[in-house]
Amino acid sequence: MKRKQRMNRLGTGLFTFISIFYVLPVVVVLFNSFKKKSYINLEPFKLPNETTFTGLDNYATAINQYDFLKAVGWTVFITVGSVIVILLCTSMCAWFITRVRTRVTRAIYILCVFSMVVPFQMVMFTLSLVTDRLGLGTPWGLIIIYLGFGAGLAVFMFCGFVKSIPIEIEEAAMIDGCSPIRTFFSVVLPIMKPTYISVGILETMWIWNDFLLPYLTLDIKKYKTISIVIQYMKGSYGRVDMGAIMAALIMAVIPVVIFYLSCQKHIIKGVAAGAVKG
Amino acid sequence: MEKAIKRYFPIFLLPTLIAFTIGFIVPFIMGIWLSFCEFTTVTDATFVGLSNYIKAFQDPIFLHSFWYTALFAVVSLVVINVIAFAIALALTQKLRGTNIFRTVFFMPNLIGGIVLGYIWQLIFNGLLAPMATALNLNEWYGFWGLIILVAWQQIGYMMIIYIAGLQSIPGDVMEAAAIDGASGPQRLFKVTIPMMMPSITICTFLSVVNGFKLFDQNLSLTAGEPSKMSEMLALNIYNTFYGRTGWEGVGQAKAVVFFILVVAIGLIQLKATRSKEVQQ
Repeated sequence: MKRKQRMNRLGTGLFTFISIFYVLPVVVVLFNSFKKKSYINLEPFKLPNETTFTGLDNYATAINQYDFLKAVGWTVFITVGSVIVILLCTSMCAWFITRVRTRVTRAIYILCVFSMVVPFQMVMFTLSLVTDRLGLGTPWGLIIIYLGFGAGLAVFMFCGFVKSIPIEIEEAAMIDGCSPIRTFFSVVLPIMKPTYISVGILETMWIWNDFLLPYLTLDIKKYKTISIVIQYMKGSYGRVDMGAIMAALIMAVIPVVIFYLSCQKHIIKGVAAGAVKG
Repeated sequence: MEKAIKRYFPIFLLPTLIAFTIGFIVPFIMGIWLSFCEFTTVTDATFVGLSNYIKAFQDPIFLHSFWYTALFAVVSLVVINVIAFAIALALTQKLRGTNIFRTVFFMPNLIGGIVLGYIWQLIFNGLLAPMATALNLNEWYGFWGLIILVAWQQIGYMMIIYIAGLQSIPGDVMEAAAIDGASGPQRLFKVTIPMMMPSITICTFLSVVNGFKLFDQNLSLTAGEPSKMSEMLALNIYNTFYGRTGWEGVGQAKAVVFFILVVAIGLIQLKATRSKEVQQ
């Protein structure tokens, strides 16, 4: 028994050590974000001192020169808008195609599953042509694109859950005089709450971090997301301002960490659920 | 009941269906068609048969990126899954602080690929600088840099799936094995791993497909430097589309090859590991 205790203590020590190493890259970026830009590449692993410390200047540059906060705003708008639209539309669609069994609905289901394995590169060029032609290169248009491209996973996961709901509950509601819409919103939707959370989290993680889809479809001169701004800062336009990039990286990581720590339980459950279904 | 619901299809089905058509079906079909055409915009597309595919396979950079990506997918698959499995095993042993460790290991997964790439670029260049070299000077620095990056990013994700799998193994099976006198390694290889095959199937599938599809991290960490030698398939396709005028058709042909490859590898991998799953 004593041996086991000692092993456990050793394990905790080892994992504490690994955990510190695990967060170290972000910490390095954090203290570099307080250094003058010319010192960042010279001595990236040294803490800022009197000569290299520059306070919040880098953050000010990122916000003022590169409109970073505007990018955060658009990213929030696109992510929240898309996730709400995806959850609402695909859950309704999934309920419909599970309850109404025709050749058409089965075909839609198969197409959705198929779309999950298609890599984005397959459709990226033609998708950007289509969005251009339809004038969907705005954050509002992007929500429709995300609904279309993200429908596969969402419909698949919702269908998996709808199949497990006993149909008798819905039949009872309909016999009592509920219309299908009322049945869906007051009977089916509350039962599916856990699936809404899982799908919502998976789609949020994807859309928040997505780079290529908004980069190719958005009108970049007017609208940028966080990933696009960071790539743009690093791009070949003029001199690269390492200080502003460090600040931007930290500002990109902070909301994610807050989101993660505040709904960690749901995120981990969502990931496990999504994996089992995938 | 079916009939009653059916009448409501414009409300339930139509929004998703329209968006799905715009966002997936139309681009997909157009993509297949355009891979047989030469074009710069869709209106001037002319049918050229298989010549795009022939050009794609004659492109030495494409072939290089093909092998580079395949090697990357295999190495990242092994590294990620072995480490994630080991961590999952350790963290289900009632260690003190398990929850904190899980939280820490999972966190990088939520950070976007572009951001990850630039974080690690700083670290790697800082480590390489004393040796008077840099990440963009050697394709193998880029390769191992990407391996470390995706391991850092994905180990936590796979760990969560493995932990869920480990917790679903019924305790009496392990107890029975222990009573029958199975040693630690025997229990691991004869009981735990066979019982874990469903989780292993999912994780290996995800990591191999992720490896092939990797784009953001590749773009931000090395951008294909030195001279496209660390360019992976997805980035190569992107550069063919937007870096060379007149090559859009070839880019689309490469994309079709890429799509078939990803689907084929996914299916082969699923079949290979599914056949090893045991009935519980």
